[in-house]
Amino acid sequence: MRYSALRILKEALTGHKGWTPAWRDPEPQKAYDYIIVGGGGHGLATAYYLAKEFRQARIAVLEKGYLGGGNVGRNTTIIRSNYLLAGNEPFYEFSLKLWEGLEQDFNYNAMVSQRGIINLLHTDAARDAATRRGNAMMLHGADAELLNRDQVYAMYPWLNFDNARFPIKGALMQRRGGTVRHDAVAWGYARGADMRGVDLIQNCEVTGMRIENGRILGVETSRGFIGAKKVGVAVAGSSSKVMAYAGMRLPIESHVLQAFVSEGLKPLIDGVMTFGAGHFYVSQSDKGGLVFGGDIDGYNSYAQRGNLPVIEDVIEGGMALMPAIGRARLLRTWGGIMDMSMDGSPIIDKTPVDGLYFNGGWCYGGFKATPASGWCFAHLLAKDEPHKTATAYRFDRFLRGAMIDEKGQGASPNLH
Amino acid sequence: MIINHPILGPRDAQEFVYLGDAALIDRPDGLTAGNEAFHDYVYLRDNPAGVHRELWYHEQGDRSWLVVTRNTVTHEITGVELARDVARSRGRSK
Repeated sequence: MRYSALRILKEALTGHKGWTPAWRDPEPQKAYDYIIVGGGGHGLATAYYLAKEFRQARIAVLEKGYLGGGNVGRNTTIIRSNYLLAGNEPFYEFSLKLWEGLEQDFNYNAMVSQRGIINLLHTDAARDAATRRGNAMMLHGADAELLNRDQVYAMYPWLNFDNARFPIKGALMQRRGGTVRHDAVAWGYARGADMRGVDLIQNCEVTGMRIENGRILGVETSRGFIGAKKVGVAVAGSSSKVMAYAGMRLPIESHVLQAFVSEGLKPLIDGVMTFGAGHFYVSQSDKGGLVFGGDIDGYNSYAQRGNLPVIEDVIEGGMALMPAIGRARLLRTWGGIMDMSMDGSPIIDKTPVDGLYFNGGWCYGGFKATPASGWCFAHLLAKDEPHKTATAYRFDRFLRGAMIDEKGQGASPNLH
Repeated sequence: MIINHPILGPRDAQEFVYLGDAALIDRPDGLTAGNEAFHDYVYLRDNPAGVHRELWYHEQGDRSWLVVTRNTVTHEITGVELARDVARSRGRSK
């Protein structure tokens, strides 16, 4: 069923009896051409683009819980393409362009809102770095703008501009950045994939891989063996666990990242704001809650919940930047499990096993990448070669010394 | 999380800096190991969901390195040893 204003009008006049479930709930078949492991944002996007752009084939998505129940529903919903390095920026700009056309493309309201993102600056050195980053962005076709103190003041006069340690001196702005309703992204891709014949199989956990003579034959699941010519794994957070079924060790540690939302407040923040020096970033949801976050907890974890010291650290950052929130109450905190890679950048690549492909290592930046990640992974699955914007995301970059280290931290996943 | 330091007793995990898998103690010999062995040592991890032995540095305390045995699913800590003792028992720092 195609959604449209006309459809809403028609249903309103006929008692809303014509709406049908947004996707089927099929039984798994014995075998598929493609199996995507992981029914989150990236897995569903992969299945959607594979079916729509690349190939008519029998495709299934296997999800151990329910669709969109992992990180795609746990992030802080920000989209942007303000990266510096040549290995990253074309990919994230491709992703942002896909976001801009996404709702028309998959006929679903994902509330893509290009409300702008600013990264605050506090020193001359930071302004130099932001200028360089902005230039790199523009060279790759993205938009970037350097704001001075007065321009930031005009937007948010209530910020603490004269903080003794980190006075606000300006900001790097990307007006095309913004927020998206994250659940709707999973639902839109799921519905779009289902409409094109993809089987979305929930409550189906992969428990092993059947590999013979270096070639994958299918996956063992909690609902029995399912054969496949090609298997793509997109389970960021649990990548090491799943790839261990193929005997692989990954350049990844799993870490917990917490996020926060305050009680609903009157409109305060139009766009997205990052206070990197204070390990804090914030936006305001359409319901009025301040949605914010900071650093990862910093130790290996699969717990989907963090600890209090990081909550305190994040709130301190928030208070330093915007003392006005001091009397707002915190409504909820939660945690998600990140694939923290060794250089802070993702991997979309083949594996040593024929027919087995990997997508992961998204660190805490996976949400904004969802459309391009799905597109590029589908491209790799269909054509056996990387998409032109994802050529750098290889497993062997560590062996070749070709890391994509935006922060320059080296092999310390908890510092990226 | 509270780390039961073998010398100082229970200490808040905030006093510590985290490094990662305690397998990092077993560094290959730089003169004999090849690129691949060093790549595996520096970049690859087991990253288990469950019991994990890991290195914590008591930066805000006595600056000792500890090997903490911790469950990554529950955050429960079941063992704490001095990394020095672990390393010596594995034949390092002879």
